[in-house]
Amino acid sequence: MPSPALADIALADIAPPVSPPAMVGVDVRGLSRRVDGRLIVDDVTLTVAQGEVLAIVGPSGAGKSSFLRLLNRIDEPTSGTVLLKGRDYRQIAPRILRRRVGMVLQTAWLFPGTVAANLRFGPAQIGRTLSGDEVSALLHRVDLPGYEERDVSTLSGGEAQRVSLARTLANEPEVLLLDEPTSALDEETSRAIEQLVLAINRDSGATCVIVTHNRPQALRIAPRTLYLEAGRLVALGPTKDVLDAH
Amino acid sequence: MLTELFAHLLDSRILLDSQVMLGLLQAVAAILLCLGVVALCRHYGIRVGQETSVSLLRGLVQMALVGVLLGLLLKGGALIAALILFGMMVAAAWTAARRLPEVEGSLYLSFLAIGAGAGTIILFMTLIRALDTQLAILVPVGSMIIANSMNACAQAMERFKSDVMAHVGPIEAALCLGATSDVTVAPYVQSAVYASLLPRLDMLKSLGLVWIPGVMAGMMVSGASPLYAGIFQFIIVAMILAASGISGAVAIALLRRRVFTPAYQLRLRPAAHETAS
Repeated sequence: MPSPALADIALADIAPPVSPPAMVGVDVRGLSRRVDGRLIVDDVTLTVAQGEVLAIVGPSGAGKSSFLRLLNRIDEPTSGTVLLKGRDYRQIAPRILRRRVGMVLQTAWLFPGTVAANLRFGPAQIGRTLSGDEVSALLHRVDLPGYEERDVSTLSGGEAQRVSLARTLANEPEVLLLDEPTSALDEETSRAIEQLVLAINRDSGATCVIVTHNRPQALRIAPRTLYLEAGRLVALGPTKDVLDAH
Repeated sequence: MLTELFAHLLDSRILLDSQVMLGLLQAVAAILLCLGVVALCRHYGIRVGQETSVSLLRGLVQMALVGVLLGLLLKGGALIAALILFGMMVAAAWTAARRLPEVEGSLYLSFLAIGAGAGTIILFMTLIRALDTQLAILVPVGSMIIANSMNACAQAMERFKSDVMAHVGPIEAALCLGATSDVTVAPYVQSAVYASLLPRLDMLKSLGLVWIPGVMAGMMVSGASPLYAGIFQFIIVAMILAASGISGAVAIALLRRRVFTPAYQLRLRPAAHETAS
């Protein structure tokens, strides 16, 4: 359950400013992906400021998740690239890239075992073992204190998604990609996850890109929004303006 | 060369043997029985007459030719035996690779796996003199080992493929956390190799209890010691298990890399995962 203290934080206090800061977090240049001759992401170019929260909205099948999957190179772009702090991401080893650009999937996909084992998975890939205190601190960040030894099979949908978020945070990513992380959750739990994301964005300064089909959610958490349709960037600007126009 | 072959045919009386005439009469009886079944099918409106007739004729001609060919080849030496076994491995690889059309180079992969399993074991059995290098021994026993290697290879690949396609989510979740492809599919590697060994383990367990294999029966009929025939059959089944284990393990070791790109992106995914979302 989320702590009351976290739930009481006013969104205005934690939301980043609308005007993009000078530092570029993610620089997307002409990104496309073609599958079986069909363009599912079509020449998307945009920059996301460091520490910004950007929402991606659009109709079903617009290519929102497909676009997101190109940002951490879990899928290969057919053309175009992404610059991370000015460096072409194809020059970064994929394993390192995915640690720097963490991704929370629509389904939590926790590995069988305890919550602590799940949190230790990412750091273990580079031979680092998280201490008990580090695991506890991560669980505090997602409002699941004392969950270390819980078996993941006993978690609710909301708890599982929080563990998934904490598991991604264990890698200390610069960029956090969220692929409809609340689509399977009830309204109350969704709101709690939103607040967690904003708190993480505020505390760690991580750039957040969130795919959502929930327009009010985009309004609540993202100062800027990208509207995709048939894989193409149709609009990019202040969330209210983009949503009003589409 | 042709004259020699023809002379050999006449000499071995393959075509003129009274046993062959008896076989032909028995074949005619079998065909008549099949045609009776065709007539029964026709009575129920199932029209398979033409297809069955052609198949029966083809089957008889094909098997007669194979019989003649084997009769000639069985007189050959170790080199011809090795060539036959090589051809069998290619055919086995082709059969196994058909289970995995999605993976580029699956034929080569299957050939390496079957070659590693069956080739190693046939060589080992020859070295410990459990297998004679005479073609008449080497080819039938070798073919049993190759066939089992092929099944193990196909079963391992198919199990691995279905496990990977059923677990795209957890695999990609692990990739997103910076895991290597080998780490993400480790549980499915183990289950695939085990699945390929299971039928052979069951075969070993039931040996002599549920079934008495053909090699043992043949040896006893030809006058070998029953005890030796039993032990020899055990050796063959144990070697089949070893060959299957090697083939399954090699197939999966090679396959697990091929289902990912060099950038650790999963290639083997259900079609639904490749649509825009």
